[in-house]
Amino acid sequence: MQTEHKITKQNYKDYVFNKMPKSSHWKNMFWAFIVGGTICAIGQGFIELYSIWFSDQDASILASSTLVLIAAIMTGFGVYDQIGRFAGAGSTIPITGFSNAVVSPALEFRTEGYIYGVGAKMFLVAGPVIVNGVTISVIVALICMVLGVL
Amino acid sequence: METLSVFVKAFLVGGAICTLGQIIINFTHLTNGKILVIFLIAGAILEGFGVYSKLIDFAGAGASVPISGFGSALVKGALKAAKEKGIYGAFTGGLAACATGISIAIVSGYLVSVLFRPRTKAK
Repeated sequence: MQTEHKITKQNYKDYVFNKMPKSSHWKNMFWAFIVGGTICAIGQGFIELYSIWFSDQDASILASSTLVLIAAIMTGFGVYDQIGRFAGAGSTIPITGFSNAVVSPALEFRTEGYIYGVGAKMFLVAGPVIVNGVTISVIVALICMVLGVL
Repeated sequence: METLSVFVKAFLVGGAICTLGQIIINFTHLTNGKILVIFLIAGAILEGFGVYSKLIDFAGAGASVPISGFGSALVKGALKAAKEKGIYGAFTGGLAACATGISIAIVSGYLVSVLFRPRTKAK
């Protein structure tokens, strides 16, 4: 269907894939494990701290929120992206990665103004996350109601 | 001793979830946004089966800090509210449970973009 020399989406992808610098899988996994684990351990520290004053549930929410705040400030200073360069998924998957994904484009597109720059670009990654998350939570709740498991 | 083991469990489980993500990235080269959404949905579905809550009980922040914990919190909130208020709760519960995290991310994002200058990406 497609001629060989034509640039299609797929063969462009393959081309980029081949040209990308190869980094060691084991090294990536090691740093993802260490950084991801450390962020979670710090989160656990905040949970222990907050559970002195709050219920377990609230302590967990507040701990995650504290991590979000810290990551936002670190993104502002450009530190988080430096960690992300070697930590990969270790810095993406924790909630701090979500925070980074909100703050980073907000900061970058500030020159386009506070409404269409900051306001809109902030949801480049947060949008898909929130849209999918809310949709699936409603669907799961409805399915559980229909099945009568609640 | 007990406090220490809580940290070790958080470190190991959190690290394992991130390593799993890194393995997926290594083999598929998915972008960060897609990885986040995949883990979010995985956490949400596991919570629907009641599995993820058990992992959080075991590992604490090791399971609640990764984005899958966010998905789990959404579903947990939706299920809890649906139990109490029926169909109305199914629609409100999820966002209500995660409102703190989302609001803090938005407000801090706004403030950071006002207070900081964008940096050119380090090469």
